[in-house]
Amino acid sequence: MFYRETGQFKTSYGADQQIFPIRQDRIGVGLVLAVAFLVVPALAGEYWFNAILTPFLIFALAALGLNILTGYAGQLSLGSAAFMAVGAYAAYNFQLRVEGIPILVSFICAGLTAAGVGILFGLPSLRIKGFYLAVATLAAQFFIVWCLTKFPWLSNNSSSGVISTPTVKILGYVFDGARDKYLLVLAIVSVMALMAKNMVRSKTGRSWMAVRDMDVAAEVIGIPLLRTKLLAFAVSSFYCGVAGALYAFCYLGSVEPDGFSLDLSFHILFMIIIGGVGSILGSFLGAAFILLLPILLDVLLPELSSLLHLQLQGSTVSHIQTMVFGALIMFFLVVEPHGLARLWQIAKEKLRLWPFPH
Amino acid sequence: MFNRSRKIALMAALVAGAFASVPAQAAEEEFFMIPSYRVGPYGANGNAFYGGFVDYLNYVNMKGGINGVTATWEECETEYNNAKGIECYERMKSKARTSAGPIHTMSTGISYALIDKTAADHLPLAMMGYGRTDAVDGSVFPYAFPLVTTYQMQASAIVKFIAGKEALKGKKIVFLYHDSAYGKEPIVALKAEASLNKFTLVEIPVAHPGNEQGAQWQRIRQEKPDWVIFWGWGVMNQTALKTAQKMGFPRDHMIGSWWAGSEEDVIPAGDAAKGYMSATWNVSGKNVPLIADIEKTVYGAGKGNVQDKGKLGTILYNRGVSAAVLSVEAVRRAQEKYGKGKAMNGEQVRWGLENLKLDDARIKALGATGLLPAVMTSCANHEGSGKVKIQQWDGSKWVLVSDWIEGNKALIHPLFQASAAQYAKEKGITPRDCSKEK
Repeated sequence: MFYRETGQFKTSYGADQQIFPIRQDRIGVGLVLAVAFLVVPALAGEYWFNAILTPFLIFALAALGLNILTGYAGQLSLGSAAFMAVGAYAAYNFQLRVEGIPILVSFICAGLTAAGVGILFGLPSLRIKGFYLAVATLAAQFFIVWCLTKFPWLSNNSSSGVISTPTVKILGYVFDGARDKYLLVLAIVSVMALMAKNMVRSKTGRSWMAVRDMDVAAEVIGIPLLRTKLLAFAVSSFYCGVAGALYAFCYLGSVEPDGFSLDLSFHILFMIIIGGVGSILGSFLGAAFILLLPILLDVLLPELSSLLHLQLQGSTVSHIQTMVFGALIMFFLVVEPHGLARLWQIAKEKLRLWPFPH
Repeated sequence: MFNRSRKIALMAALVAGAFASVPAQAAEEEFFMIPSYRVGPYGANGNAFYGGFVDYLNYVNMKGGINGVTATWEECETEYNNAKGIECYERMKSKARTSAGPIHTMSTGISYALIDKTAADHLPLAMMGYGRTDAVDGSVFPYAFPLVTTYQMQASAIVKFIAGKEALKGKKIVFLYHDSAYGKEPIVALKAEASLNKFTLVEIPVAHPGNEQGAQWQRIRQEKPDWVIFWGWGVMNQTALKTAQKMGFPRDHMIGSWWAGSEEDVIPAGDAAKGYMSATWNVSGKNVPLIADIEKTVYGAGKGNVQDKGKLGTILYNRGVSAAVLSVEAVRRAQEKYGKGKAMNGEQVRWGLENLKLDDARIKALGATGLLPAVMTSCANHEGSGKVKIQQWDGSKWVLVSDWIEGNKALIHPLFQASAAQYAKEKGITPRDCSKEK
């Protein structure tokens, strides 16, 4: 009942081709964006911006990047953190070495640099698939981190390899407060998420899915494998690169190559597995789950233990937190192997028929 | 009905009264934010360090507080993870508005990420023997304090120690390092020392985690160095010692950094560690009066923080105690200026850290002789000491083989200033004029 599209007639090609063809979706997305842009900045405190919302958005963007590659084009990758590193260091170097370059342009350039590196490391995907490809992308993970430590030029000869990002300034306005940075990240992430949503239902996205489902068949119906796969690597790395630049400029403020370790790549991979492989919404849900649940447990468990009069040591709480987190991951994967996004889809189906399911 | 609601109101008033009366009775409190790690890959190190830190705060409270001000603290688990560290900092920050002791993260990554944030929030950040070393220049980094000594000064002190044993001219020294920010920082200092003292420096990196070093030691065997200066971390330390034994390199010509000189590093290497030397700025053992007193007072009252009492007196435990000593002294010093018996806020503690006068007499009065060197900070020198001792593992314990050695300040500090100036330029910071600071 709530989700029924009856009565929504499309009378033009434009109406038929819009990103969200159903009115309820349009209203929903509009509401979410309005809340994120208007209500949240008015209500949230500095802690929420700095420690929760900004990293959530940045990781959602990185997860989105990986989801394009793994979820839509079917190419398993373990190099997302490395592409983030490329983005972060590239943005830093563009800011440093090109006089007067606007920050947004250097973010785009960072994305393009990451895309270039992504294409390079995507080349093996033409010959190998699945787990073997994952191992090949692992090479990117190690090579890029090694490269960033090896060549001091990339970190402006910093003796430690750590880069400190300059202040973010757009058209003379300095983004230094937590709220400003959140809004900047939110704007970039929403634009890129809408672009991704649009892309995956275009010809490009459909050829990615065709390649994912069966590449031989895709080739037979005339989809060029080389171009499609490399495009997926390029677009995915672009997203990861921009996420990396935001991670450095708007979240941490200073990054070192070791920070972009394999652990981070796994984190991003878990985000899309939990959230839903092959779903834009899933990237956001997965990032929220992986990032926010530990914090929630961290806050709740000590309260709970004092409520139950259990004298728990700090380290015990951390151990319990890890265990509960692991158990919840397993629970969700057992109950819904297709991720949290699938739950939302089921809910939508139910809402469509409610209250008369038959 | 009316009766019952009156009863409830009365009870509510009583409860509210009980809560309201607490702050009125409570003395002044100084809040210490402790972003610690007790689980994860480095949990064992964190347990010892933060155990010592909390034990000393407890000890101070049991002895009447900081001029009557009670130390309070809250821990938050960072797991040595930068993102978690920032989350912890942001979460606890609101509690540090009215009073804030120095923040010790024991992680270079987290402290790098917090440098800008703490400066913006006016909270003092201490990095004892890690972190951003050019923060020694306080004119650019007012809120960051690489206290006691830095990697560069330590490397310079190690070179000085070797020079005390034999003439350096024409000698060859291998620098074997963990290929990360931590391992790379001393290179610039060692290069400067090499050109000054005319010895050859060979740099050999080891990739993290460093549990396989065959190739590196093969190379060392070919190079035939006179000394190996060693910047290891975690499992890399014991591996290096074992491989050195296998390759026949004398361990008494290997000198490690202070992160390669704890009991946890040498005991797993067993026999191979005998004779190995490392730098340290705090001694191990319980024969420091303060450590013995903490064991008696705090653990006697059953308030000890470390569960495994065998950790007491280890290098890292003692380092935690010395970190707490410096933090408490900074608060005390701030109280001298801003009012004794009062809680000090971040800005005031920052002044205390910048004007530390922890001389030998004061250290002796604290019962901490030998635990740490004298620390005298100023706006231009946030390091305050730059001294280390060299210790040698005799197979069962660390034995000191030198007195305090100070690195070549005239050579190293200009490097910091140059690097800080570059940072100021990148960030658009106008450095303070240190001559105008009081």
